[in-house]
Order: sequence, then C-alpha cells, then structure tokens
Amino acid sequence: MTEPLIFELSSPGRKGVELPECDVPETPLPKDLIRDDLLLPELSEVDVVRHFTRLSQLNYGIDISAYPLGSCTMKYNPKVNEDAARLPGFAYTHPLQGPEEAQGNLLLMFELQEWLKEIGGFAGVSLQPAAGAHGELAGIMMIHAYHHDRKDDRRIKILIPDSAHGTNPASTAMGGFQSVEIPSDDRGNIDLEALRRECDGTVAGLMLTNPNTLGLFDEHVREIIELVHGCGGLMYGDGANMNALLGVVRPGDLGFDILHYNLHKTFSTPHGGGGPGSGPVGVSERLKDFLPGPIVEAVDEGDENRPPKFDLIFPRKSIGRVKAFHGHFGVMVKAYTYLRMIGKDGLRAVADHAVLNANYLRVRIRDAYRVPYDRICMHEFVAEGAWEDAPGIRALDVAKRLMDYGYHPPTNYFPLIVHEALMIEPTETESKESLDAFADAMIKIAGEAHTDPDVLHGAPHITAFGRMDEVRAAKQLVLRYVPKEKNQI
Amino acid sequence: MSYIPHTENDRREMLADIGVKRIEDLYQVIPEETRFPNLNLPEGMSEIEVIDELQMLAEANMETKHFPCFLGAGAYNHFIPSVVGHILQRSEFYTAYTPYQPEISQGTLQTIFEYQSLICQLTGMEASNASHYDGATALAEAVILATRQHRGRRKKIVLSAAIHPQYREVVRTYFQGLDLEIIGDKSLEDTEALLAMVDENTAMVGVQYPDFLGRIKNFAKLGEVAHAAGALFCMVVNPLALAILKPPSEFGADIVVAEGQPLGIPLSYGGPYLGVFATKKKYVRMMSGRLVGETLDSRGQRGYVLALTPREQHIRRERASSNICTNQGLMVLAAAVYLSVLGKQGLQEVARLNYQKAHYAAKAIDGLEGYKLWSTMPFFNEFAVACPRPVTEINKKLIDYGILGGFDLGQDYPDLKDHMLIAVTELNTKEKIDDLVSVLGEVAHD
Repeated sequence: MTEPLIFELSSPGRKGVELPECDVPETPLPKDLIRDDLLLPELSEVDVVRHFTRLSQLNYGIDISAYPLGSCTMKYNPKVNEDAARLPGFAYTHPLQGPEEAQGNLLLMFELQEWLKEIGGFAGVSLQPAAGAHGELAGIMMIHAYHHDRKDDRRIKILIPDSAHGTNPASTAMGGFQSVEIPSDDRGNIDLEALRRECDGTVAGLMLTNPNTLGLFDEHVREIIELVHGCGGLMYGDGANMNALLGVVRPGDLGFDILHYNLHKTFSTPHGGGGPGSGPVGVSERLKDFLPGPIVEAVDEGDENRPPKFDLIFPRKSIGRVKAFHGHFGVMVKAYTYLRMIGKDGLRAVADHAVLNANYLRVRIRDAYRVPYDRICMHEFVAEGAWEDAPGIRALDVAKRLMDYGYHPPTNYFPLIVHEALMIEPTETESKESLDAFADAMIKIAGEAHTDPDVLHGAPHITAFGRMDEVRAAKQLVLRYVPKEKNQI
Repeated sequence: MSYIPHTENDRREMLADIGVKRIEDLYQVIPEETRFPNLNLPEGMSEIEVIDELQMLAEANMETKHFPCFLGAGAYNHFIPSVVGHILQRSEFYTAYTPYQPEISQGTLQTIFEYQSLICQLTGMEASNASHYDGATALAEAVILATRQHRGRRKKIVLSAAIHPQYREVVRTYFQGLDLEIIGDKSLEDTEALLAMVDENTAMVGVQYPDFLGRIKNFAKLGEVAHAAGALFCMVVNPLALAILKPPSEFGADIVVAEGQPLGIPLSYGGPYLGVFATKKKYVRMMSGRLVGETLDSRGQRGYVLALTPREQHIRRERASSNICTNQGLMVLAAAVYLSVLGKQGLQEVARLNYQKAHYAAKAIDGLEGYKLWSTMPFFNEFAVACPRPVTEINKKLIDYGILGGFDLGQDYPDLKDHMLIAVTELNTKEKIDDLVSVLGEVAHD
C-alpha cells in the first residue's frame, strides 16, 4: 500500500500551525527582494501526523526485531538516552553562549572526552567530528599535519587493507593522499609480505579496521604496527568495530596513533535512518596538539570550595575546525548517558556478549552456509549466501527472503573480498532466543534455496513493497516532486 | 545495567555450542600483555541516579526556554511545533539504519524524497541531496564540487568575508595543503571588490544571503560575473528567510547550501544540525551525499530507492565524490515535518514575524544613545549594532538581567570591535524586546 506524497495531500488554504499575531508595529517588506512563488504543501496538523506515522510503518527499526547488519552495530538504543538529550537545559542551549553559561554542557563533554581516552588508551580526544567518515577525514588531516610539521613531506601513501570500508580510501583521497591497497592472507589477516613491500619512506600511515570487516582480530597486529612505525608511518584505527574491544584491549596500548569512535554504533546512540552520528577522534601523545578544535579543557581545576571551570580551547597546532560549533552535542549526551548507566563492568560485558553472540550464531549456521574464515571471530562474521548446488541463488536473494521471516537482512556484498558476502553482527542486546529464531530462519532459507529457489528469487513476498527497480530509478532520475502546473502543487 | 538479556544458563549453553569453556577463551588472539586492561572508569548507575545527575548538569546551563535569547550567528532560537518531536520519536524512524534495503525502508526513503522536493521548492534549485553534516561542511562540499567540475585546473575560490566565519574556517581546514587559494575574505568589502577578484582561474564564488551580518543583498550581478568567468556561483542561505525572500535561483546560483537548523531543529549546543545542499540537475552526478529517486517495485507500485550510488564511497572507494556515509537522516525528517506542518502560510508567517520583530528591535536600539545600526541595508532577523562599550561587558550585564545577548563581532572582524550581532525571532515577544532595549540603554550609562 503506497502512501501519497505530502504534496499530493495538500489542499489550498489549509494550515497546520497557528501563530501569534504580530505584537510590534509593522515595517514594510523590501518589495524588490520579496518572492511570491513559494509552493509548499498546505495541510492540517492531523494530516501531517497521519502521513508521517503511516510512513514510519513502512520502516523497520531495532525496536521491531533483530537488525544483524554487519559493521553497523545495530544494538538496542536505550530510551533514557532520548529523554536525556531532550532535557531543556541541554536541548535549548545556544552553541555561542559563553562558557560561564554552559558549564553543565562543558562538564559533560569533558567527562566524555576523558572516558573515551581511557577506553581507547589515548592521550587526547576531540569530540568535534560529526560521523565516522568525518572522524577519518580529521585523522587523515592530522597525519598530514604531523608529517608536515616535521618537514617530512615525501609521505604521500596511505596503506589500506582490501577488507576496509569504502570510507577509508575515500577519506584518504579527500586528504590528498594516494591509497595503496594491501591484500589479505588466507586467514583474513593483512598479508604481511605484501605490507613489508610497501613500507618505505613515502608511507604516511596505515588505516586498519581491527577487528576487520570479517569480524577477525588481526593475528599479526603487533607486527603490522611495528612495520608501519618502523618506516615512519602512523597507525590509524577505524573504530567502527570497537564494540568487540570495550574493556578487552585498548587500541592505544597496541600502538595505534589515531582512532575514531562511532558513538552511533558502539555507544548506543540511534542511527536515525542514516544519522546523526558522532565520530570523536582519540590520539596518542605525539598527535595531541593536532586535534581538531575546539576541545574542552579544565581551565581551573577547582578545590573544595570552588567547582572546576571548563572552557573550549584549540590545541596548539590544531588542524582547525572540521565543522561549525562543537560537534553533535545531542548525540554526546546520549553516549554519556549510556556510559554512565553501564559503567566500567557493563562496558566489558558489552564486548563479551557481542563476541559470544557472534560466535554462537556462527556455529549455529555454519553447516547451512559456508563461512570462509571459520575461526573464532569477534563481534561479527561473514558467511556466503551462495551454494554450488543451488545455482542462480545469490546473497541478495537470501537477504530479501529474510524480510519475509520478519528480519532486517545482514550487510550483503561486503566485504568485497568474500564472494556473495553476508556480514552478520548480532550485537550483545539480542537474547539467545532471538539468535536461535534468526538462525532457524537462516537455515530454513538455505533449505529453500535448494528446494524452492523461486520463492527466494521473488522475495520479499509479505512486505508492503517488493523489490525495487533500481535501473529505472537511475535512468529516469526523478529526484523531486514536480508540480503538475505552475503555481499549483 | 548493560542492556544484556543473557542468563547464566544461556551463557553456559552458548559457550558449550561454540566449544570453549569461558568467554575469555574467545580472546586468545589478542596480545596477552594488553588483554583486559583495568579501566579507570566509574561504576554503572541506575536510571534514577543517572537522570538526577543529568538534570543537575542540564540545570547548570542557561537555557533559552527560560531566558530570552538574542543570540543567533548561525544558530537560532525558533519555535518547533510539538508535532515535529513526536514524529521524530517514532522509533521506526530513529532506530532504523541507512535505507540500504528499500523494501523495508520506504518510510525513510519517501521522507528523504519529500525533503529533497521541499528544499528544491524553497531554494528554486532542481536537485537536493539527503544532507551533509551542517552548513559549514556543506559549504566545504560545494568547494569540492566546484573544483571537480573544473577537474582541479582552477585553483582559486573567492569567498565573501560576510560568510559565517566558522564556515570559512572549515573550508580552510578541508583544503589545507591541497593547492587551493581561498581569497576574498580578508576584510569586509563590498560586492564590487569581490567582482574584481573573479577570473579565469576561479572555480567558485561564494556569498551568504542574508549575510552573516544580517544584510540582504542583490547578488544578480555577482552571479553573472561568476558565470562569465566560468566559475560556479554558490550561495549560503538561511532557509527560513527564503519563505519571503527571492530564492537563490533568481541570482543564478549553481549551488545553494544552508544550515537547516532553523527548520525545526533544537539549538542543542550546536548539533546535530542539518547541512542543506542543492544544485542544478546538470551537477547532480558531481554532487556528493545520498540521493533518493523514484521508481517502481516488482508489483508496479511507486517506490523510492537510493539513486546514483556509484558516486559513493561503497563502490568507487578512492574515486568517490566524497567520503560522506552517515549523514543527518533524522534531521532531514525534522525539516520535512516542520516544513509540512507549517506549510506555505505558516512558514511565511514565521518569516514575517522574524522580520517585523527584528526591525522593531533595531529601530528601538538605534534610537538609544551610544548605539547605532551598522548598516542601512535591508535585513531579515539579524542586524549589527555599534555599541558604546565592549560587547562582553554588555553581555555580562544582560546575563544579570537573565537575557542572552548578541554575538560579539569583534572576535572575528577586527573592524567591528564593540559591535554586537543581534538576532530576533518569533519567540521574542515585544515585552522581552523592550526589556533588552531598556537594559542596553541602562548599560550605556554605567
């Protein structure tokens, strides 16, 4: 059942909001600058509420059921986080009001910086980046600034494993570096020999997602870091998969120089249908001065009689601002709330159960699906959605069929190094019953792939919409509603 | 509380199935000497305690619900209809991921399509993406588009000094070390001065409308000059002002970027906000960020999908038009609901109220001894005023009276020392404006 567009529900003369009368004497508008062609829809409040409520019902969210989307860490988002971010004292503060008038916000940001430093083993953290990819970009700029500051401008290469997220090479290119792809070995680690061949005086750094997108912790992480540091490069950690490491190992202790966190993955802030995220960056001592600003500092430690005082400052050699104001504060409040609720022990329990769940699911389905790197994994694993004896069935078909069983499919066709990949990340918030039910559905679908392939090809069957014609979308390229006649919407 | 549903029994059974004894056994691959650090972090707390603590932190701030706010400078205290928050809290929206699976994501996808359409209506442009992080990063992405359009051969960007200072800072951050010259913003000059800087090496000319100092200028000439030189013309706009002002398309804008915060998004100490980005259809394939297009499903129903994804980093990797992945999805929903519920009449009324109240305040302040409006040009809801004392001193006094004063322009513009940028919105009643005027008058004599 399709829902009309908001424009198609419009009726001239309707309005959804009553505003107060103008209580000041009026000034004429500057005639030559005024428009008369604003064609926005006209609806009553109830029309708008019903429209968007009906649209919401065409969506699938974590609150409905499991969302095992690999590398996205779709864990349950605690409701209290939402309430916290909406407290008037947070939601109605202006980014440019003085620090004296925003000490509550600054204290919260300071604590979050401190906790993220401790969790990752870093010397400094900036909360400014707006999302993971934005944190990567800030990291790449810091790598650039660090080498430039040392007058070491020959470093033009960033090494990236072939299992990396696409954002890594894209961020590298934006920062003006060349990305060099490093292959994986047959155990899913970085191929050390290939890495050794690339390690020379032109290496600016290496971007490593660890655990990687196969859900595997690199067995040679120490050697990799030694090689990169040995040739003068810096180690960048993509923290998309940090959920597996909370309280288990600190990237900073392993020798990473930079890592971005995804507050919207690891620290339970919701994804909002594609954002807002938040991508703070943590750095080792030698990169502290290059952090994007502003960051929060205690400018006065305080004592028994005086509370400490916080202010926004720019690190000495800061790469500068990567966005306006101070980052996604509303998202920070949610992450702070989450960390405060779960505390130190809860943090470790998160990693433990995320890893437990992924391994349990791996062994539950590995007889039905080939798991190409079948060893103990971290928070996720990759299975193949194709069988030699079921020709014509692809990962896409398995994914679509899962919708008929009431699930959001795993990430498919990623990482690129696995044929017909289904990348599965259950997260710690799924119960054993939930995992069993999901595994049962997966196994049933593997059976159907062999006995009734057409049911997979035609899937999904019971959702409100069937498969979309993406070729048509690209060909006709209709990107907005166009009024049928001028002056009418 | 760690939101983990497992019982002791569950753990035992699961470990047995995996074939290990303890959870610790799953971490053998991690270098032993770094395994299980003892973290110096606080213990967990109950929901009651956490909310108490957060309440206390929140109350340590001055907030615009209780204190009249005349501070703008890129973030504005506007009325947000209750509907917006209620729709945003539908968990089918906020607990969904990026709509990679269109069959079960039509809610998000259609919302984005409607948002794209609404932004096109507002700006007069032909295509809008599904957002950037904020106004500043949207401007940086405009520069990226412009340099790509010229295949990197043009090395100059002309930016007006009257573009938000932080936006210009962000553009400089993005392009540090990348062989691109950013000029035009050394001092606050007339549009005429910018005209003279545009040449065959200019990839883009950028201005703000209304500008950072509130002024509304006619940029038709500048747009023409930019085009004559083969440069793209980019306008940073206030989307609310476009309810009554001529759209940027009338000045020949090729790219329109905006901070979408005025469209139903709370101040929230600076974020999350919404980076609006719209352009002409001919630049769509160069534009970064997600796009939603219309199509049909296998049952012949109209539906929506992510379109032109090959531009994006998943597929093109280092050749992608940008690295952006997660954007401002939920803020797109907020803006779509806001624009829908206010609609044509409501948005125009809000814009008019802003205009009227700001002009009332400006006249009254201009009449005070020691204060003078800096510009005689038309303005929307914000204006600069020369003050008789340093702005920080005045703001301190205003705080004593429970009023959040304007932005100290001297911080970013040395020529505007002792000038305050004052924003007035539909939420400032005449009574509160009169209070502001009276305290300003009082401070002048202290």
